Amino acid sequence: MWTLLQIELYKIFRKPRTYIAFGAIAAFILLIQLALLVNGKQYLQFVLGFLDDSFEIPYDKINNGYWICFAILNLLLIHVPILVALVAGDIVSGEANMGTLRLLVSKPISRTQLLLAKFLAAVAYVIVLLTWMALIALGLSIALFGTGDVVVAKAMELHQIEQHDVLWRYFAAFGFAALALVVVASLSLLLSTVSENSIGPIVATVCIIIVCTLISEMQIPLYDKYLKPYLFTTYMLGWKGFFYIGVDDDGQTIRGSVQNASAIFKCIGVLVAYVIGFVTASVLLFRKKDILS
Amino acid sequence: MKRSFLWCLAALTVSPLIPRAQTVQQLVEKVKAKIDQVKDYTATGRMKTNVSFLKVPVANVVIYFRKPDQLKIKNEKGISFVPRGAVSINLNNVLSNGAYTVLDAGKDKVNGIAVQVVKLLPVDDNAEVVLSTLYIDEARLVILKSRTTTRDNGSYELEMSYGNYVNYGLPDKILFSFNTKEYKLPKGITFDFDDGAPPPKETAGGKGKKGRAEISIRSYTINKGLSGDVFK
Repeated sequence: MWTLLQIELYKIFRKPRTYIAFGAIAAFILLIQLALLVNGKQYLQFVLGFLDDSFEIPYDKINNGYWICFAILNLLLIHVPILVALVAGDIVSGEANMGTLRLLVSKPISRTQLLLAKFLAAVAYVIVLLTWMALIALGLSIALFGTGDVVVAKAMELHQIEQHDVLWRYFAAFGFAALALVVVASLSLLLSTVSENSIGPIVATVCIIIVCTLISEMQIPLYDKYLKPYLFTTYMLGWKGFFYIGVDDDGQTIRGSVQNASAIFKCIGVLVAYVIGFVTASVLLFRKKDILS
Repeated sequence: MKRSFLWCLAALTVSPLIPRAQTVQQLVEKVKAKIDQVKDYTATGRMKTNVSFLKVPVANVVIYFRKPDQLKIKNEKGISFVPRGAVSINLNNVLSNGAYTVLDAGKDKVNGIAVQVVKLLPVDDNAEVVLSTLYIDEARLVILKSRTTTRDNGSYELEMSYGNYVNYGLPDKILFSFNTKEYKLPKGITFDFDDGAPPPKETAGGKGKKGRAEISIRSYTINKGLSGDVFK
C-alpha cells in the first residue's frame, strides 16, 4: 500500500496543474496581505465602522497577523475546494483519459487497494496544500503584522479572543478544514471513478460545491429546513466554531472555550460520514467498473 | 389687603429656596475644589464590559488623566472597546469650566447613603452636555452617581464607590452605563457558521441597546506629571 501511495503521490506532484493551486493560494494571500498592510484600517472601518459612534475602536491593534489570517481563511476557504477538485477530480478519470487505467488495473493489486491509494494521495495533497496555506496565511501574516487579539465579526455578535488563546484555535481550524476538504476530495474521487475524462468530474464537483454553498448561505426558510441539514457544505464552515468563544453568566469570555463545542463535533461527525459514504461508493463503483479505456 | 397677603405668601414660599440654592452652589464648589486637587493621574485597573453583542474578556486597563479634560483609557496588552462616553468618568468635564447653573433637586439615597441631588444646566446653549444630574454625598463631598444627557450621544450614567482615594475625590469602582447602537452585519460578509447558539437578546423596538462597563481601580498615581503623548 505504501508503494502504491508513493506512486500516486509521484503522479500528482509531477503534474504542472498540481502547482496551480499553490500558486493561486500564494498570490491570493499575498494580495490580501498587501491590501491590509496599506488599507487595513479602511477595511476594518468598512466592517466595524458603524460601531464608531458607540466605542473607540483600536483599528491598528485589530489589524494584526492573527486577525489577518482569519480574514484570509474567511475569504479563501470557500474557494479552496475548487482547487482541490482540480487534482482529485483527475485522479482516476485522468488515467482513463490517458489510457493507463486499464494497464494499471491489470497489475496484481486489488481495485480497492488502488482506489484507496488514490484517495490517500488526494488526502496527502489536501494536507500539503493546507500546510502551504497555513505557512503563508498565518506564518507570513504574523511575520508582517505581529500578533494580537483576534476580533471575529459575526452577523449579530463580535467575539474577541486574547492573543495567547488564539494559536490552538488555528491548529484546530486547519485540522477541521483538512477534513472538510477531504470531503471535497472524496466527492471528486467518486465522480472521477464514473467518468472517462478529467474535465467532467472537476466541473461537476465545482458546480455541486457552488450550488450547495449557495443553498447553505441563502437563508431561505424552505431550504434551511429541508435541504441545508443534508448538505455537506453546511458543515464545512464548522472551523469557524473554534473562533466563537464561550462566555460566562456575566457575559465575559472564558479563555480556552468555544461557544458550542457539540456543534463542531456534530460537523466533524457529519463530514466523516460523508467521506466514508463517498469513498465507499467510489470503491463499489470502481470494483464493478467496466474499464474499456 | 388681599394683595399684601399674596406677596407674603409668595415670599414665604420662595424664601426657603434662596439659602438652599446657595447651599447647593457651595456644595458643588466644595466638590469641585476636592476634584481640583488632582492635576493628573495614572490609574491601573480592570474593565469589565457588558454589552449584549460584545463577547470580550475582562481587560487590564490604564487610565490617564490630565487637567483640564484629557482622559484616555488604554489596554496596554490587548484590545479594548472603550465606550465613547467613558470620557465622562472624568467629572472635571462637567465641573471644570464653571459655566453652569446649579439647581437643587432635593434629597435622595444611593446604595443607602443619603445624597443631595443637584442638576447642572450648562450656560452655553450649544454645549454637548445638555444636563447633568449629580448625586452628592455631603458628608464626604464626593459624587456617588451622575447622569449626563448629551446632545448627540444619548445619556450616560455613572455610579462610583470610594475607598483609599476618597480624599482626592477619586473612585475605586466605576459603573458606567451607556447607550449603544444596534449591531448587525450582513451574513454575506460574515459567512457565519450556525452553531445553534441563540442570538443576542433584542431590545424593545430594536433601536438601541444599553451597555455597561465596570472599572475596578487597583491604584492611582496622582500629580506626578504626565506626558501629552499618552493621549494621542
